Amino acid sequence: GTTILAIPFPGGVVMGADSRVSTGTYVANRTSDKIAQLHDTIWCCRSGSASDTQALTDYVKHYLGQLAVETGRSPTVKVAAHLMRKLCYENKDNLLAGVIVGGWDAVDGGSVYNIPLGGSCIKMPFAVGGSGSTFIYGLLDSEFRPGMSREEAHDLVKLAISHAMARDGSSGGIIRTVVVTEEGNAREYVPGDQLPFGP
Amino acid sequence: MSELTGSPGAAASDDAIPAPSGFSFENVHRNAMIDQMNNSSAGGVGVGASAAAAAGSSPGYLPMATKTGTTIVGLVYKDGVVLGADTRATGGSEVADKNCEKIHYLAPNIYCCGAGTAADTEKTTEIISSQLELLRMNMGGVQSRVVTACTMLKRMLFRYQGHISAALVLGGVDATGPHVFQIYPHGSTGKLPYTTMGSGSLAAMSVFETGWTEGMSEAEGVELVKRAILAGVFNDLGSGSNVDTCVIRTDGTTTLNRGAVTPNDVKPLRDSIRRSDMLNMRPGTTAVLKSEFSAAKRGGVTLADVTVTEMET
Repeated sequence: GTTILAIPFPGGVVMGADSRVSTGTYVANRTSDKIAQLHDTIWCCRSGSASDTQALTDYVKHYLGQLAVETGRSPTVKVAAHLMRKLCYENKDNLLAGVIVGGWDAVDGGSVYNIPLGGSCIKMPFAVGGSGSTFIYGLLDSEFRPGMSREEAHDLVKLAISHAMARDGSSGGIIRTVVVTEEGNAREYVPGDQLPFGP
Repeated sequence: MSELTGSPGAAASDDAIPAPSGFSFENVHRNAMIDQMNNSSAGGVGVGASAAAAAGSSPGYLPMATKTGTTIVGLVYKDGVVLGADTRATGGSEVADKNCEKIHYLAPNIYCCGAGTAADTEKTTEIISSQLELLRMNMGGVQSRVVTACTMLKRMLFRYQGHISAALVLGGVDATGPHVFQIYPHGSTGKLPYTTMGSGSLAAMSVFETGWTEGMSEAEGVELVKRAILAGVFNDLGSGSNVDTCVIRTDGTTTLNRGAVTPNDVKPLRDSIRRSDMLNMRPGTTAVLKSEFSAAKRGGVTLADVTVTEMET
């Protein structure tokens, strides 16, 4: 149960997620971090089974680190996404993982790849996933415009996740965001009582 | 990548292997037979909703794993971490051990509380404790880090895909400060300032959510942990008996307090039972009419019976 979202802008990407981890009806962790760093400017949002996605993230992080050393340059977001897809597809019978890989690289700038349950990998203008995503497709389709600025993208991520948290029981807690650019990464969070939208 | 596709425990081969070397797969055969017995009786067993319960709803084919129904907690305070646990181990609805130890040693500066199947938590923590010690030896004696223990535990538990039923609260202090982690049987982890696990976790978490603040003193931290465990002891059927606590401080000292609170001491009740005087008869109650002593016949082998044969080289 989760809501994860990634929206690119000129020069980077905004990654966002809620923070609720539930086992059945109990919230096991209300401040979890679902945005994991795969490399310097490559991040991924995790949804599905926590254990599966944590293991996947660790594998891809390891492979990317190795690749960076072997090639002498930073890997691209496309490579990271395809590595993640390879693991998700080839082990699809034993995994329950929907991830969004996003980041900045010198070749494509800010880009976002959606890797849902079966292991497909699609580059998208923006990507949303998790159980809470169903409630915000409409909002995103109407509010998203290609070429939004960094602030607009950041505000839309926070607004959309608030709406999902308001309607999805498995999403909640705080909103964590990471703004990824060539210069680096800016981590932020919005406390649960200061959401842009909510009861 | 093959690590993800491979599953632990390959199927047994029925070929007779002359020399018993390598792994023994006898239990795979035994488990298959038990499954067969279960499935053929009453057309399949309805397993309860709890994933942690062994398939014990069939009458006595599977021994009920001893579980620690359990309340375990951990919190970070100003100068370290405090871990707490109850002491009841259950086998089904029976209390198997009234005073078991659920706070396990991992390293001089790292301890781990375990909930779930008692054998799984015990052995998993022992294995990782051993690995940590070997790592310390290989790395020149540097103190183990809590994240190291956490990573080792989660890698092992994920490999076993949740079949090792161990839910852990890991706590310790290292060069980077005090840390508390929660680790689930499938291998997911969470890093938190305070956490509870086990069947009594909801009762304990309610106490923590009300009482925890950042930068508590040791006395406040220990008191909060005790109250949280007592909430589980009294309100959860799977938890009971005593409270154990463990304080690990940033100055390097550790205090494992077994039986910090013992609200369920059974001794007064036992002492108040009046038993028959026949059990406590004085020597002399029966009159001695005659005494006779004789030296015991010493049988068996003595040195005199040993014959020494020279060894041929």
